[in-house]
Amino acid sequence: METKNKTDESIFYSNAFRSVAYQAVLFGLLTLLGWYLYSNVNENLARQGIATGWNFLTTSSGFDIGESVIRYDAGDTYGRALLVGFLNTLRVAVLGIVLATFLGVFMGVARVSSNWLLSTIASWYVEICRNVPVVLHVIFWGTVIHLLPAPKQAIIPFEGAFIMNRGVVMPFPVANDAYVWVGVALLVGIIGVVVLNKWAQRKRERTGEYIPTLWKGLGVLIAPPLLVWLAFGAPLVWDVPSLQGFNFKGGLQFSPELIALLVGITFYTGAFIAEIVRSGIQSVASGQIEAARALGLRPGFIMRYVTMPQALRVIVPPTTSQYLSLTKNSSLGVLIGYPDLVNIGNTTLNQTGQSVEAIAVMMMVYLSISIVISICMNIYNRVAAIKER
Amino acid sequence: MSDQSTAEPVIQLVNLNKWYGDFQALCDVNITINRGERVVVCGPSGSGKSTMIRCINRLEHHQKGEIIVDNIELTDNLKNIEAVRSEVGMVFQSFNLFPHMRVIDNLTLAPMLVRKMPKADAEEIAMQYLERVQIPEQAYKYPGQLSGGQQQRVAIARSLCMQPRIMLFDEPTSALDPEMIKEVLDVMVELADDGMTMIVVTHEMGFAKTVADTMVFMDKGEIVEIASPDVFFTKPKSERTQLFLNQILTH
Ligand SMILES: Nc1ncnc2c1ncn2[C@@H]1O[C@H](COP(=O)(O)OP(=O)(O)O)[C@@H](O)[C@H]1O
Ligand SMILES: [Mg+2]
Repeated sequence: METKNKTDESIFYSNAFRSVAYQAVLFGLLTLLGWYLYSNVNENLARQGIATGWNFLTTSSGFDIGESVIRYDAGDTYGRALLVGFLNTLRVAVLGIVLATFLGVFMGVARVSSNWLLSTIASWYVEICRNVPVVLHVIFWGTVIHLLPAPKQAIIPFEGAFIMNRGVVMPFPVANDAYVWVGVALLVGIIGVVVLNKWAQRKRERTGEYIPTLWKGLGVLIAPPLLVWLAFGAPLVWDVPSLQGFNFKGGLQFSPELIALLVGITFYTGAFIAEIVRSGIQSVASGQIEAARALGLRPGFIMRYVTMPQALRVIVPPTTSQYLSLTKNSSLGVLIGYPDLVNIGNTTLNQTGQSVEAIAVMMMVYLSISIVISICMNIYNRVAAIKER
Repeated sequence: MSDQSTAEPVIQLVNLNKWYGDFQALCDVNITINRGERVVVCGPSGSGKSTMIRCINRLEHHQKGEIIVDNIELTDNLKNIEAVRSEVGMVFQSFNLFPHMRVIDNLTLAPMLVRKMPKADAEEIAMQYLERVQIPEQAYKYPGQLSGGQQQRVAIARSLCMQPRIMLFDEPTSALDPEMIKEVLDVMVELADDGMTMIVVTHEMGFAKTVADTMVFMDKGEIVEIASPDVFFTKPKSERTQLFLNQILTH
């Protein structure tokens, strides 16, 4: 086409050129900024006589950690201390995600139920818990747990279990070589359940006969580990906690810090998940359920084949973000002395002065956890996306 | 057209009353529909047409009166409700296809779960009905990939897969663009020719004239007039019917 104005043909008006140019300029600016920060930090550290580098990871930390999933003492390295912190973070996050999911799904379903009492309780729970900052939740439960009785007057919910201001302890089976095989057998059971479901579905498609798999599945799941356990002579010795001096020894122990942090972030996140579940169920158009009823489907089938698949699409993505924020909120453990990654990272930073490296480690860990959760979510979304024009 | 000697009532509404809270949506509705009869229901918006046909498969429950479908009385009894629903198909204004399932899965779901039909048989029947509504080539698409007219034809086929003896249609063409209305009406005319018992809520008077055995006019929750199409369109007894017909026929 003939252009009247000469400047219109100039390369500066080309869309492609502009987009490349903008990106080049942005990249240049970011590099400059990065270089400035890096050299600035380096200079300052050099002036303060702090050597940069990762050597501190292999030197002895010299501090104790209140609780650990793996063996650890003050003679171990900073690297191992950080690993302990990471595992503690992972432990509270995984427990929190599981508990918040159960609580949230229950409360979300309760909110839309026709049972007035249930839905009212659920509404109160949601409104109170999600409108209070998560910091307060954690501090609140941290305070509550210290108001519990001392070990000598501990609350005993059942034989061998104790609830007190030093946390919760309960009996736990003593480790036995047979348990490894019981675990393997459980895995076999899980595979068996998958196979059973596939078989039931095939059979239904072939013959039309609907085979309920709930009880059969439970049997298939439990039988292998039970049989293996019996074959080993049913080894079971309970490690029962006992009061020695001022503290309980043995059994399964949950520290007050872990419990307070766990309950705090579970209640907080559970409220958000409840809202997500409620809106997911309500997002399924009423016409969908009417059409299914008109076809003669029973309520259970409608829930399983019509409502849930559509509701889950709405529920899963925002729930994943809740899992992410729960994981990040677990760093509030620092407030009540739970030795999570941030807590131990802070101590490391203070003792070694290697602030850049310590913070880099913490950032990388949280980033990695978040990326793993996000990848799972994206895979789910790709599988579940409704196909449309 | 329904011959008196072979008349076999399949739907009976006797003194049917229905309230939504304080609001009375149906007042003393009485009608008997015979096997093979084609009934077209019309009336102004809000007159209770949907409410009436939704009572027939108990998507709504009534408070007073009797509904008897194929000798089964509709009460709170879940067995009866199930029995009636498996004999009565329903097509909605808004299609209500399941968006997360392919067309073929929409069609086979209920036969497999309710009729306990093997998958292969259910798919064979589904393909037969898709051919009848002339879209077998869409079987493996998702509802969102089809046009409105195609979706409504799938919805009709989905109901037919349960092999119902009665079909209810609630304004099946009202949500469609004008150029798609005919393809849906054609399918319904064919169904009528096959002798299906049908109750159709619609304002498509051309369709009514060709298909209906009986015309029903409703207003304010009451059945105002029941008549054969000849009488209904030429010399309706009620003034309200007259007024309504003038309004929609001059449009
Ligand atoms: N679920 C409901 N709750 C309250 N009122 C309703 C409900 N469904 C319908 N109605 C009322 O009942 C009357 C009849 O509705 P409907 O049967 O849908 O009319 P039509 O199908 O003839 O347009 C209307 O006044 C409508 O507002
Ligand atoms: Mg209506």
